[in-house]
Amino acid sequence: MSMKKTSEHWKLAPAPEDRSQATIASHYDLFIDGKFQKSAKGKRFKSINPADEKVLSEITESTDADVDKAVKAARKAYEGEWGKLSGKERGKYLYRIARIIQEKARELAIIESLDGGKPIRESRDIDVPLAAAHFFYYAGWADKLDYAFPGRKPRPLGVAGQVIPWNFPLLMAAWKIAPALACGNTVVIKPAENTSLTALKLAEIIQEAELPPGVVNIITGHGKVGAAIIGHKDIDKIAFTGSTGVGKLIQRSIAGTHKKATLELGGKAANIIFEDATLDEAVEGIVNGIYFNQGHVCCAGSRLYVEESVHDEVIRRLKHRMGTLIVGDPMDKNTDIGAINSSEQLETIQKYIGIGKKEGASFYQPACSLPKKGFWCPPTLFTDVAQSNRIAQEEIFGPVLAVQSFRTVDEVIKKANNTPYGLSAGVWTDKGSKIFNLTSQLHAGVIWANTFNKFDPTSPFGGFKESGFGREGGMHGLAAYLDF
Amino acid sequence: MLRKSAAYPLPTSSPTVDQVGVIERTSRFTARSIKKESKVQGLNMVLSMIDLTTLEGMDTEGKVKQLCYKAQHLHDAYPGLNSVAAVCVYPNYVALAKKELKGTTTGVASVATAFPSGNSSLKLKLEDVKMAVDSGADEVDMVISRGRFHQGDYAFVYDEIASVKTACGKARLKVILETGELGTLDKVRRASDIAIAAGADFIKTSTGKIQPAATMPVTLVMLEAIRDHYFKTGEMVGMKPAGGISKSKLALHYLIMVKETLGEAWLDPTWFRFGASSLANDVLMQIMKQATSNYQSADYFSID
Repeated sequence: MSMKKTSEHWKLAPAPEDRSQATIASHYDLFIDGKFQKSAKGKRFKSINPADEKVLSEITESTDADVDKAVKAARKAYEGEWGKLSGKERGKYLYRIARIIQEKARELAIIESLDGGKPIRESRDIDVPLAAAHFFYYAGWADKLDYAFPGRKPRPLGVAGQVIPWNFPLLMAAWKIAPALACGNTVVIKPAENTSLTALKLAEIIQEAELPPGVVNIITGHGKVGAAIIGHKDIDKIAFTGSTGVGKLIQRSIAGTHKKATLELGGKAANIIFEDATLDEAVEGIVNGIYFNQGHVCCAGSRLYVEESVHDEVIRRLKHRMGTLIVGDPMDKNTDIGAINSSEQLETIQKYIGIGKKEGASFYQPACSLPKKGFWCPPTLFTDVAQSNRIAQEEIFGPVLAVQSFRTVDEVIKKANNTPYGLSAGVWTDKGSKIFNLTSQLHAGVIWANTFNKFDPTSPFGGFKESGFGREGGMHGLAAYLDF
Repeated sequence: MLRKSAAYPLPTSSPTVDQVGVIERTSRFTARSIKKESKVQGLNMVLSMIDLTTLEGMDTEGKVKQLCYKAQHLHDAYPGLNSVAAVCVYPNYVALAKKELKGTTTGVASVATAFPSGNSSLKLKLEDVKMAVDSGADEVDMVISRGRFHQGDYAFVYDEIASVKTACGKARLKVILETGELGTLDKVRRASDIAIAAGADFIKTSTGKIQPAATMPVTLVMLEAIRDHYFKTGEMVGMKPAGGISKSKLALHYLIMVKETLGEAWLDPTWFRFGASSLANDVLMQIMKQATSNYQSADYFSID
């Protein structure tokens, strides 16, 4: 051991989370009617780790017959045991699931990071605890629905078909399943094909919690399977989180049917920094807004508006901060930015980076060495951007920030609202009155003031315009699963 | 390396700070995992940055001598360890400490300016500084007039620091803000900016006599003041959190904070110090753990 005084290059040694703490089966069947069942056809596809491109497991591609079987199981449970349970009893099951998630938190976090590429720090500190929190929160509502909607006699809708994205696999499953069950519905849910593993782990947890068979059915596969669920005639409610393109298809396919829907779609959130903001904390908010989860966040603060008087100061601090972000192995506890979820997504991101450069915006990435295998994109910054640039208009869904300057409050409100999306926004100022002025004029479902990307099960989440409709979370999230 | 007295005019205002955001940022530093060789390297840096301190009413010649010996012999059972940066004493023990540490790389720091309250006249404070400097102090740790600061008399605080800086001559000046008495992080930032403008070579959190002493949020705000000054002028200013840092793990997280806020250039005793009395032994215990894979009893590490 060298005892030389040295301050040169104090690098952090690797601190990888222990992979052996998680068990991943070599393949997974479909979770239908309370047990894992083989698909009718039994076709499988590989699920890989985006950080090293190695195969983690094989996932079943469901057929239409499997979808039908799952929906039938859900219908039977709804009309049988589950439908007759009191809210109090339903709540007990939800509490049980929440507690088992907590018990298995470490394993779930490891699998989430292996499967999706997100840093273990995030899956450990954010995804998994929030997933448990959603079950806890809605468990509490299960026997209080009459108080949530006094005098309105809330009734469950029936069988919910739910399709969730790859950016927060376990958390999105919790967002969907917990309120549906609390309200007395049954569920057929499909995780994204890239990231099915934690949902299948959740199936094991649901088994362990002894939830009556058929109440939750978890089936896997590509988009076609999602379309089959949504198109199934015996589905009463559709909950979808994903791209705006698919959201529009869903809208079309259910037109004229009895199916109710909530859609949580894309976003291109404005994050607005005024000159009187606490700049260092704002820089932290910018980083958290766009580089959290590699920017694979529908509410990411991907359009940054900085008041021109502090523009250069903010950008200097931001570049300095970007230099301290550690990009690499998602399993390392010190990693800030992990792997891009898939090669397709990396291509999309790189396409947009190319567009930004071609459009003449100033491009910046801090120097960082990336692993050879896997899909990676360093944190990326474009300055000198105008509202007319495509990188300021279209959702990139990656760690790419487009920065514009602004001069007046009216200007920035107009520009922030000048988008087909309206999922979230951020405002940074030391002045309370300015916050209220903006929050009442910005068209976005969630507006954060002096913070960004904060989630809590008690707070409703959802969009305006092409970001979708309906709310998840909070008391509003109950209404999406009830008939009055 | 020595800065000028009244190097920059009194700043008219300071950036504001959001406490919630600052605490959130510091929680990211403590989430960093420092293992194996980076831990050993970090622990060694910590040792080299310690100002081994005794500032008691009951200090004696014997106590100061023992402390100076300890500074040179942190743990003789393990040869080749770094020695601490400095020994920090009251002015009347500077000459003695200087003699004890002759021919070593360990400096002598002296508190001055009616430490710890700072409630005295400028004349007496300057005499206090003169006594320390004449006795050979390499560094002077002054306290700001917190009363005048709270009265909003920033010019007074600024002028006083500038006068002390002049009186320091070749000794480096550390300016203690006593953040535990300032009340808000906004005031910590304001006091930091004033001290830096007035010519502080280091800014320092605390006397160790007031709780809370150094905390990570307070230190972060001060580091940001130093960084902003560096961005503006290219001039480096040192930082010394003091009091309340007695565990290696916390000290390592402070170093992470310095690295990520200011950069690696500050990871050097010239620019960063810990004011601490019991930190050294905990660091030694961790170094021995890394070397032998076993924790040793505290009884194997000398207390001075």
